[in-house]
Amino acid sequence: MAQKKKRLLQGNEACVEGAIYAGCKFYAGYPITPSTEVAEGMSVRLPKVGGKFIQMEDEIGGIAAAIGGSLAGLKSMTATSGPGLSLKQECIGYACIAEVPLVIVDVMRGGPATGYPTGPSQSDIMAAKWGTHGDHPVIAVTPSSVPEILTETVRAFNLAEQYRTPVMVLYDEIVGHMREPIAIPEPGELEVVDREKATCKPEEYFPYDDRHLVAPLAPFGSGYRFHVTGLNHKQDGFPTNDSKVIDRNNRRIIEKVETNKERIWKNEETALDDAEVAIFTIGSTARSARFAVNELRKSGLKVGLLRPLTIWPFPDAAVAELSKRVNAIIVPEMNLGQMVHEVERCAKGNCEVEGITRVDGEPITPAQIMHAVRRFL
Amino acid sequence: MSTIAEKKEKVSVPFDYNKYLRPNKLPHIWCPGCGHGIVLKALLRAIDRAGLEKDNICMVSGIGCSSRTPGYVDFNTLHTLHGRAMAFATGVKLAKPELKVIVITGDGDALAIGGNHFIHACRRNIDMTVLVMTNSTYGMTGGQYSPTTPLDAIATTSRYGNIEPPFDACEMARASGATFVARGTAYHTIELEKTVHDALVHKGTSVIDIIDACPTYFGRANKFKSATHMMEAIEKDGTVNVKQAEKLTPEQLKGKVLRGVLHKVERPEYCEQYENLIMQKATSKK
Ligand SMILES: Cc1ncc(C[n+]2csc(CCOP(=O)(O)OP(=O)(O)O)c2C)c(N)n1
Ligand code: SF4
Ligand SMILES: [Mg+2]
Repeated sequence: MAQKKKRLLQGNEACVEGAIYAGCKFYAGYPITPSTEVAEGMSVRLPKVGGKFIQMEDEIGGIAAAIGGSLAGLKSMTATSGPGLSLKQECIGYACIAEVPLVIVDVMRGGPATGYPTGPSQSDIMAAKWGTHGDHPVIAVTPSSVPEILTETVRAFNLAEQYRTPVMVLYDEIVGHMREPIAIPEPGELEVVDREKATCKPEEYFPYDDRHLVAPLAPFGSGYRFHVTGLNHKQDGFPTNDSKVIDRNNRRIIEKVETNKERIWKNEETALDDAEVAIFTIGSTARSARFAVNELRKSGLKVGLLRPLTIWPFPDAAVAELSKRVNAIIVPEMNLGQMVHEVERCAKGNCEVEGITRVDGEPITPAQIMHAVRRFL
Repeated sequence: MSTIAEKKEKVSVPFDYNKYLRPNKLPHIWCPGCGHGIVLKALLRAIDRAGLEKDNICMVSGIGCSSRTPGYVDFNTLHTLHGRAMAFATGVKLAKPELKVIVITGDGDALAIGGNHFIHACRRNIDMTVLVMTNSTYGMTGGQYSPTTPLDAIATTSRYGNIEPPFDACEMARASGATFVARGTAYHTIELEKTVHDALVHKGTSVIDIIDACPTYFGRANKFKSATHMMEAIEKDGTVNVKQAEKLTPEQLKGKVLRGVLHKVERPEYCEQYENLIMQKATSKK
């Protein structure tokens, strides 16, 4: 096969290409560094493919309109960073309970508050998981290169449509703003999933049909007239005070993700077979980690890398298994320790777990990681 | 203006409310004497008069007593978050412009927490009809003061009298760019039906500020004897139709709020602009 022509794209531009590839037809958002190029790119690309772009008055409006667009039947996306993610939280919960497919891109910058807008960070990992009140399901993917932003954005749309839930694409400013050569996949090259359509008679349609873990979702205006609310509801979508129904649905929306973890998880392993020390990290930090692994392997040190591409649901099984065969897991992250607690939880004391933190707006270097690894070898 | 005979004739035609309601979702949550149900009645009649198809209507609301309306009507219905109705509605409309989008919102929902979305939806002139139910209180949370609570009025959070001057939703809508701005009341039901109808057939953002009563909270706290007394004092005696107002002296108009269509202009509608300008340009340039 002929070598495909590659283009030099920025991470955020690759996100736009991924969204278009996945069939995204609706974008609503509000500009914020370092995610703005996603909005700019979508404003150019969407009208060319018959899609709609709107710049809303704030991030709340952005996600609210995107939810509306999704309910009208279009694959929808919004993108933001730091303060914008804080503003979107109430609506994230709405999309969770109303089970609306939606992709939310969060390009991580330093926080809290306005923090360090142009500085990279990985401090939204817990915000992605817990960033709305109430128990709710979360899926978050974590690409670490420009080509991977494209493929993971496509996967995020697939997961959102399949499980009728918001999915976050979470990457740090470094990955978002770096440029790498990338071949745009041909149609058909990557899997594209569409939400299950309703096929029953309108009078028999329940938007939250009890018989399904994930019920088919009819678009507004397709003859299925139904009700959507952020209140706890019955299978017909109308509010309820029935404690049994409330309990069942609160559990079901979590179970959608929990029982399908194996399908949602995606990990990349590097040199882990005989590793005595493992590194666990994501995004641009994984690039430093990969460099560190290569360097240390040259000196014969048995170190490997576990890199989750799905950070939520957390890769419990992979970390638990790993903890039984290594002496230590090192968790470098550009925050003050978020993933490290999850790793500790899964390792259950089987091995040492040590974090490397960094919040000065500079990336974690290979040297920092190598230094930490050496202490366990 | 229709004659009294014509009015009587209209009223006597049996109207099939159940055609538009979800009867199995009734009774509604509203208190006896609440204006929200009266507004719904006028809306359903206006929808019928405008000949809208149920499948093509999407009704979007926020949170509040008024915002519970979509649950009772047989359309595509979306009950969203407090203040966000117009933002959700913007998404629905832009994604599917063939839908007739109707927003039901409270004075708190539209003008306090949702004020920013209200301003910008009006500015875009996106085609939707917005019914703001102005009962001068936060009914759902038990009668706190709202952005339309009059000065000195008593609420559960203004026990010593309200010191915040109230908003005029119509002036706000007009200044923001809405192309159809009107006011109605739950007392003047026939006039309201006509106003809502005219708003529904208008292309662009149409806003109707509808003064209705919350006898349970605003009424009791401010010593109104009954729901009807309240309607008479605020809605009947406190307002005057713009047409009639032309004949009144400034003296006579003192303390009266204007009803009827207050502003109506033609201006390009957002979704059409998007399709005619943006999509055209994007696809013609290679
Ligand atoms: C973010 C948020 N803040 C506060 C509330 C509580 N709340 C629910 S309804 C409401 C006020 C409703 O007033 P209005 O919109 O005027 O409607 P009404 O009940 O008077 O019809 C408030 C404050 C909420 N649901 N969400
Ligand atoms: S509390 Fe007030 S606004 Fe709410 S239903 Fe009762 S009367 Fe109506
Ligand atoms: Mg109110």
